[in-house]
Amino acid sequence: MTVRDALNAAMEEEMLRDETVFILGEEVARYNGAYKVTKGLLDKFGERRVVDTPITEMGFAGVAVGAALAGLRPICEFMTFNFAMQAIDQIVNSAGKTYYMSGGNVPCPVVFRGPNGAAAGVAAQHSQDYAAWYGQVPGLKVVSPWSAEDCKGLLKYLHMYSNLCFTPQSAIRDPNPVVFLENEMLYGVSFPMSEAALQDDFLLPIGKAKVEREGSDVTIVAHSKMVTHSLEAAELLAKEGIKAEVINLRSIRPLDIDTIKKSVKKTNRLVTVEGGFPAFSVGSEICAQIVESEAFDYLDAPVERVTGADIPTPYAKNLEDLAFPDTPLIVKVAKRALYRTN
Amino acid sequence: MQVLRRATLTSRAVRTLQSARRWLQSPSLTTERHGYLPDSQSPITPELKFFNSVTDHGGKIPTYRVLDGVGMPIDGAEMPEISETFARKIYENMVLLPTLDTLLYNVQRQGKISFYVTSYGEEATIIGSAAALAPDDEVLGQYRESGVLLWRGFGLDNIVAQCLGNEEDTSGKGKQMPVHFGSPQFHFLTISSPLATQIPHAAGVAYAITRSPRRGKNCAAVYFGEGAASEGDFHAGMLFASTIPSPTLFIVRNNGFAISTPAAEQYHGDGIAARGPGYGVWTVRVDGNDVLAVLGAIREARKRCIEEGRGVLVEAMTYRVGHHSTSDDSFAYRSRSEVEDKKRIDNPITRFRLFMESQGWWSKDEEDALRARLKKDVMQAFKRAEGMQKPELQEMFTDVYGGEEPWNIREQREELAGLLKKYGNDWEPWKSELERFKGKGQEWLKK
Repeated sequence: MTVRDALNAAMEEEMLRDETVFILGEEVARYNGAYKVTKGLLDKFGERRVVDTPITEMGFAGVAVGAALAGLRPICEFMTFNFAMQAIDQIVNSAGKTYYMSGGNVPCPVVFRGPNGAAAGVAAQHSQDYAAWYGQVPGLKVVSPWSAEDCKGLLKYLHMYSNLCFTPQSAIRDPNPVVFLENEMLYGVSFPMSEAALQDDFLLPIGKAKVEREGSDVTIVAHSKMVTHSLEAAELLAKEGIKAEVINLRSIRPLDIDTIKKSVKKTNRLVTVEGGFPAFSVGSEICAQIVESEAFDYLDAPVERVTGADIPTPYAKNLEDLAFPDTPLIVKVAKRALYRTN
Repeated sequence: MQVLRRATLTSRAVRTLQSARRWLQSPSLTTERHGYLPDSQSPITPELKFFNSVTDHGGKIPTYRVLDGVGMPIDGAEMPEISETFARKIYENMVLLPTLDTLLYNVQRQGKISFYVTSYGEEATIIGSAAALAPDDEVLGQYRESGVLLWRGFGLDNIVAQCLGNEEDTSGKGKQMPVHFGSPQFHFLTISSPLATQIPHAAGVAYAITRSPRRGKNCAAVYFGEGAASEGDFHAGMLFASTIPSPTLFIVRNNGFAISTPAAEQYHGDGIAARGPGYGVWTVRVDGNDVLAVLGAIREARKRCIEEGRGVLVEAMTYRVGHHSTSDDSFAYRSRSEVEDKKRIDNPITRFRLFMESQGWWSKDEEDALRARLKKDVMQAFKRAEGMQKPELQEMFTDVYGGEEPWNIREQREELAGLLKKYGNDWEPWKSELERFKGKGQEWLKK
C-alpha cells in the first residue's frame, strides 16, 4: 500500500466512524488534493465534510481552529507546510495554547497535515523541514511518519478519543492539536502492510518510536524519508559486518527518548539523521537529551548529527543533491562513530 | 438604479444624478446594448469610469442613529422595540461596566493585578450588542467585551476571580492575563491575546453551528476593533464566512484608536463598513454611542445572519474614552480636552439616561440608588476575592495536554514533588508560599 493510499484510508475510516471529522484546505475536494491524498472523499462524504477553501492559509487554519474549539474535529490540509508559515500563529498560539490558557475549558482537537521537508527541484522556499519548529511548542503534538503503516496508524490515532455528539466541551476525548508532517517524496512509495494494519481499528500511539531494524553496534535515529536512507545504510553496513540499529522516531513531540536511550546503552554509539537544518534541529535535541541522561556514560564515541546543509536549499540539482543526507553519507558517519573511517 | 429612480430630486441631487446617469445609464439599457461579461453578472459598458465608493450615490456610508445627543428620538427614526424592564436592564449594565472598570483599573494601579483594559465610552456598543444577541449565541471577543459577560450573568465574582487568577477563576485557573475571560456555560470563548485571530475562529465556530442542531437558531458573534480589522485575519474571516457559508456576525468597535494610532491612519477608505460588500457581506454602520441604534442594528444583523447563514458586518462608531490599557497613557497622543469634550458631549450613558427619563422610566433617586448599589457590589466582590487562595498547585501541570500526561510534563511534576517533599515542610520561604495555594500543597507533602 502506498503512503498516499494509507493516509486516504485513515481519513475515510475516521470520517465514516465519526460525523464530526471533516477535511478542509485548498483544492482538497473537487481536485482531490494537490497530491491526491484526499482522492474520492468528496464523492463519499459531500461538500459539507470535504471543503474547498479560498487560498488563505491563515484563514482556513483559523476556521479549522474555530471549528475545533466548537466541538468538530477538523483535518486541515496544507498544500505544503512551507505555506503553513502564513498560518503559524493559528497553529502555535491558537491551537497549541487555548486548552492550557482556558484552564482546560476549551479543547482544540485539530489535525494540521500536509507534505513537509525538501521535495525535488523546488528551491529554498519550498524545501524546508518544520519538525524542529513545531517540536518546540508545548501544547502541540508533532508526528513525522515514514511508512504506510505509520501514516495510517498515527493519523487514525488522532481521532480515537472523539465522540459523535456536538458538545462544546467533552472530557473523554483527546483534545490535543496535532501537526502531522508528511513527505511528498514518500506519497507514491509502497510499503508492505501487516494484516493488523489493514484493519479499520489499527492505531499507533503518538509518542512511541519504532525500532525498524535491530542491531548492536551503532544506533541510527531518523524520521520521515531519512528512515529509508538509514535502513539502506544499515544494509550496506551489514555487508561490512556492522550491525546498525535503526530507530524510526514517528513522533517528534512527545519524543520517545526512552527507546533511544535503551538503544544507546546497547550500542554505545549514536547517529541522528534528518532532512532539516542542523542548528537547533531534532538531532540537536536528541543529542542534548542523551548527554543530559545516564545514557551519556554509555557513549563510546561523540554523537553525530547528519542533517541538511546549513544554507537556503539550492535550486541547482547538483547542489540540491549535496544539500541533503543520502545513504552513503549515513554509512560514512556511522563508520566514523565506530572509528572505522574519517 | 432603483435608488436613482426613487430619489427626491433636490438641486444638489439633480447635479449628482446628471453626472451619475451619464455613467450608469440604466443597467437594463446597458445590458440590452452590450450584454454581460461571460461567467459574471457584470454589465458591459463602453465608458471608462473608476469608482471609489460602495454607496449608490458615491458618497460616504451613512450612520444609523435613533437618539439625538439629548436622548430624543430623531425624525423618522426606526426605533427598536424595547420594554421598560429591558431598558432598565440595559441601563444598569451600562452603568455597572464603568463602575467595575474603575475599581479594577485602580486595583491594577495599586499593583495588585498586572494588567487591565477598560471599556469607557464604549458601553452602548458593548451592552447594546450583547442585549441584541441570544444568550446562547457564541461570542468571540477581542478583550474589551467584559460587558457581554456582565449582561449574560457571568457575575462580578467570576470577573474579579479571573483578574486575580485565584482559586475561583473558572476562565483559566490563573493561566491567563487579566481580562482574558472565557466561559463555556455563558457561550463566551476564552479571549486570545494575538490580535484578530478570533475573527477566522468565529467563522469556524459558526461553521460548526451549521453542522449541529443549532443551525438556523444561533450565530457566532465576533468583536474586534478597527485596528484589528487591518490584520489579515479580518479579511480571512470575512472571506470564509461568505465563501464557506456560516452565520458569523462581525461587530467592529470603531473606537477611533488602535493604542495610539488614530483610525484616520488605520485606513484610507470609508472605514471598515466599506469592506463588507467586497466580501458579499451585508453591512451596516451604526452610531455606537446610541445604545438603541446598536440594539436595533445588531438585532436585524443577527436575523439576516442566521436566516441567510452567512456573514453580516456591523461597524459601530464609538470613541475610546479610556486609555488603551493599563500599559498606555493616551494623553501622550491626544489632548485631555478632546477626551473631556467627548465625555461631555457624546456620553452614551447620559444619552440613554435622558431617553429613559423622557419615557418616565428613570429618576434622579433611582440613579443615585443604582450607583451606590453597584459601587457596593463591586467593592464587595473585590474584597471577597482578594482574600482567596491561588488555584491548587497541581494546576501548574494540567491542561498543557489533554488525555494521557506526556513524559515531559510528568517529569516536571515529579521533580517538584521531590523538592516539596524535601523542603516543603522545613524551608520557610516554601512553607509560607505553600500557604497561598488552595489545599496548601498538603497532598504534595504526603507523596
